[in-house]
Amino acid sequence: MELLGIANYLVLFLTIAGVYALLTLGLNVQWGYTGILNIGVAAFFAVGAYTSALLTAPATAQPPGPGLPVAVGMLAAMPVAGILALGIGLITLNLRSDYLAIASIGIAEIVRLFLKNEEWLTNGVRGMAGIPRPFAGVDIAGWSAGGALYLALTIAVIGVVFAALQILYRAPWGRALRAIRDREVAAEAMGKNVLWFRLQSFVLGSAVMGLAGAVHVHYAGFIGPEAIDPLFATFIVWVMLIAGGSGSNLGAIVGALAIWAVWSVTELLGQIPEEPITGFGALRVFLIGLLLQVILLLRPQGIVPEPRE
Amino acid sequence: MNSALSVRSISKSFGGLRAVRECSLEIAEGAVTGLIGPNGAGKTTLFNIICGLFRPDSGNVHLRGRDVTGQPAHRLFHRGVVRTFQIPHEFAGMTVLENLMLVPAGQSGENVFRAWFQRPRVRREEHAIVKRAHEVLDVLQLGRLSGELAGNLSGGQKKLLELGRAMMSEARVVLLDEPAAGVNRTLMKTLNAAIRRLNRECNYTFCIVEHDMNFVRRMCNPVVVMAEGATLVQGTMDEIMADQRVLDAYLGGRRD
Repeated sequence: MELLGIANYLVLFLTIAGVYALLTLGLNVQWGYTGILNIGVAAFFAVGAYTSALLTAPATAQPPGPGLPVAVGMLAAMPVAGILALGIGLITLNLRSDYLAIASIGIAEIVRLFLKNEEWLTNGVRGMAGIPRPFAGVDIAGWSAGGALYLALTIAVIGVVFAALQILYRAPWGRALRAIRDREVAAEAMGKNVLWFRLQSFVLGSAVMGLAGAVHVHYAGFIGPEAIDPLFATFIVWVMLIAGGSGSNLGAIVGALAIWAVWSVTELLGQIPEEPITGFGALRVFLIGLLLQVILLLRPQGIVPEPRE
Repeated sequence: MNSALSVRSISKSFGGLRAVRECSLEIAEGAVTGLIGPNGAGKTTLFNIICGLFRPDSGNVHLRGRDVTGQPAHRLFHRGVVRTFQIPHEFAGMTVLENLMLVPAGQSGENVFRAWFQRPRVRREEHAIVKRAHEVLDVLQLGRLSGELAGNLSGGQKKLLELGRAMMSEARVVLLDEPAAGVNRTLMKTLNAAIRRLNRECNYTFCIVEHDMNFVRRMCNPVVVMAEGATLVQGTMDEIMADQRVLDAYLGGRRD
């Protein structure tokens, strides 16, 4: 029984870490490859999650939906997040990176307010419940294996995304993006259409973030506007990427696992005192920040540095 | 003689500063044209305008008879104009080889879907590009540094790398902004030889901004002198040196 509990916890831990790994991979395409400073990760995550939720919610859900297959929802989450990125990118990507960062914060906030207030579509602050959870209730020899199966699906999705991004990193496409990151003016002088490449990188990264949202929503079965909390959906993803090694896809995954492990362990620690310390949430954020500082000082290139061809 | 590039009464102001005023210039096909002048004469600004980095307030730029004024730099590159930078603009986080491999136009692997679904084709192209990059590195005697990060090169080596990038392109009009500044004698010889060879054997047209007069004398004919945002004189180095107006511009002579 005890062992089963640990196994179940591990499945839960790895699934959420997997969602974060997808978010971090998406951010790596934008920041790690191209140097696009996107502080609105949460917005693309949320748009992906809501897209898949709206498409797959059954007639019995709150609010009711068309009940399309989960695969359709997940596949649709990517282009919808990508189209949002395209619209935003066309307006903001010719801004210098620091201004783009400010714009992206604003846009994430607009998306959050939209999802919170457009009740006809999103059920507002109550959020959307009853989203289908694939494999839920699957029973193997008395053990409810739904979680494990969903974890396997998550890992498969990460595998495909990782392979696809890895190919692009090594291809001339990735080389052009890295050149733009290093020296935009020179890349332009070498005939690369900088704006077009930045737009592609922004859209592709955002599509992966949207996919992360879809994977999350079919695990949780619920999505509400609080899921777009910048702390969980943006800040921590940045920490994961920088700790893991920005520019490296493997680093993005390792960073997501490592930081989520630290985050989860500190949560367990928080339950040790008889009366939970009320300020513990803030302390955890502090600890994560401290860890980031230590990594930046001791290993600025991250746990898994960017590969050199 | 045919003009590769012709600049026709270009003006450009930054706020109250008139960096380039009514400047006209012809760069002859197949020549190595030197562009000299005191600091602040507007040489680099003119370069930036020709290359599409800045849009001029008035006037225009023609490339082989075609108006290319204000076209973005990446499009001019595809029309055959490539430039280097006064301060080396290497891609510091990429290897020397990658710096060169980036350059060739029309790489199918720059398209996301081709990179995913036409991998053999991309690999074939990469193979050819690597080969060409190694040839360029050999000419520039940078072969042993091919795996080094470009950011770790010396100032002079970075200048060579910039020229190498120009050699990787299909461009036949090359604008060099102070290629010799900060380059030691040994590297300078390599640089000179490379420029000569490109000019004579491959028929590249050069326009070179440079302060090193020995370099200009050795490499450039004709030489154009710019002062206060406009072209002053044009001729061989000896004619230029004998011209009172040039001395005035450099040393601050009397104004009429």
